[in-house]
Amino acid sequence: MTNGHDEAFHDIDLAPGDEHAEGGIAERVLGYLTGLGLAVLLTATSFFVAGTDLVWEPSIPVALVVLAIAQMGVHLVFFLHITTGADNTNNVLALAFGILIVVLVMTGSLWIMANLNHNMMPMDQLMRMQR
Amino acid sequence: MSTIVLTEDHHGSTAVRDWSGPAPKRIVTGYGFWIFILSDMVMFSAFFATYAVLLGQTAGGPSGRDLFDLRNVAIETGFLLASSFTCGLATIAADARNKIWFQAAMAVTCAFGLAFLTIELREFSSLVARGAGPTRSAFLSAFFTLVGCHGMHVSAGILWLLTMMAQVYAKGFRADIQRRILCFALFWHALDIIWIAVFTVVYLLGSAK
Repeated sequence: MTNGHDEAFHDIDLAPGDEHAEGGIAERVLGYLTGLGLAVLLTATSFFVAGTDLVWEPSIPVALVVLAIAQMGVHLVFFLHITTGADNTNNVLALAFGILIVVLVMTGSLWIMANLNHNMMPMDQLMRMQR
Repeated sequence: MSTIVLTEDHHGSTAVRDWSGPAPKRIVTGYGFWIFILSDMVMFSAFFATYAVLLGQTAGGPSGRDLFDLRNVAIETGFLLASSFTCGLATIAADARNKIWFQAAMAVTCAFGLAFLTIELREFSSLVARGAGPTRSAFLSAFFTLVGCHGMHVSAGILWLLTMMAQVYAKGFRADIQRRILCFALFWHALDIIWIAVFTVVYLLGSAK
């Protein structure tokens, strides 16, 4: 019982961007180096995929989007230290809400505009009607 | 600090409750700034949506395929990524209260940020010189608004970076200065995340079509 409560007391929240205090300097630098290495790898893959003939062409946009999302994840974890730990719950929930709004704005705009574009009368007919 | 409060509810049973008190100021400040960054990303998402909708509306003018130089963009990306890494080193130095390493890492971050901005401004001026300025087509308006908005954020970040160097020099690693360093690092890393979306959506996808 007492132990459980002690644990709860130590389970204090982390500010976004803060790391757990236990890691030494070398360990933390290694964390940033890991992040840098993964980010360089993903960026290089993105630029390679965009400019190559080796990949089936219709799959390129999807591959680029997936690579970008993966790299954003790498940055979030290794640079911003947004993790799934219990001390990070508030930060993750705020991020989840932000992502929800971003996805709504992007897909909503593209969807609505594509639909309007599809249903709009061709420009030459429109011009003829206005005359 | 935490204490345990024993309370009795209406039914007479006793409940044990954690009472941890208000969060430390570092968490409150960092969390508030995190909310700001997320709202900034929501603003950027509107610009991204605009760009994606207007991508084909070139009004007979040049398209992304004709204009973008992907080698330049790759160099820009490298500079911004490296600056994000050195900004992380500056954070570690600030936590270790090492002034020399902090100033050195921040100076390198500033140099990388300025290199990024220089390449971007050269690209903008060459586009305008080739008659592909923001007034040429809806596509170019959206392009200059989105990429320019990111560039303005980087410029503001560099000003903030220099301010933090001066404040650490003059005042040392006081608790309030440390909170500002935390917020600055969040801001700088967030700019790099937005740049990932920019080089993917604007340059790589934009020059594919």
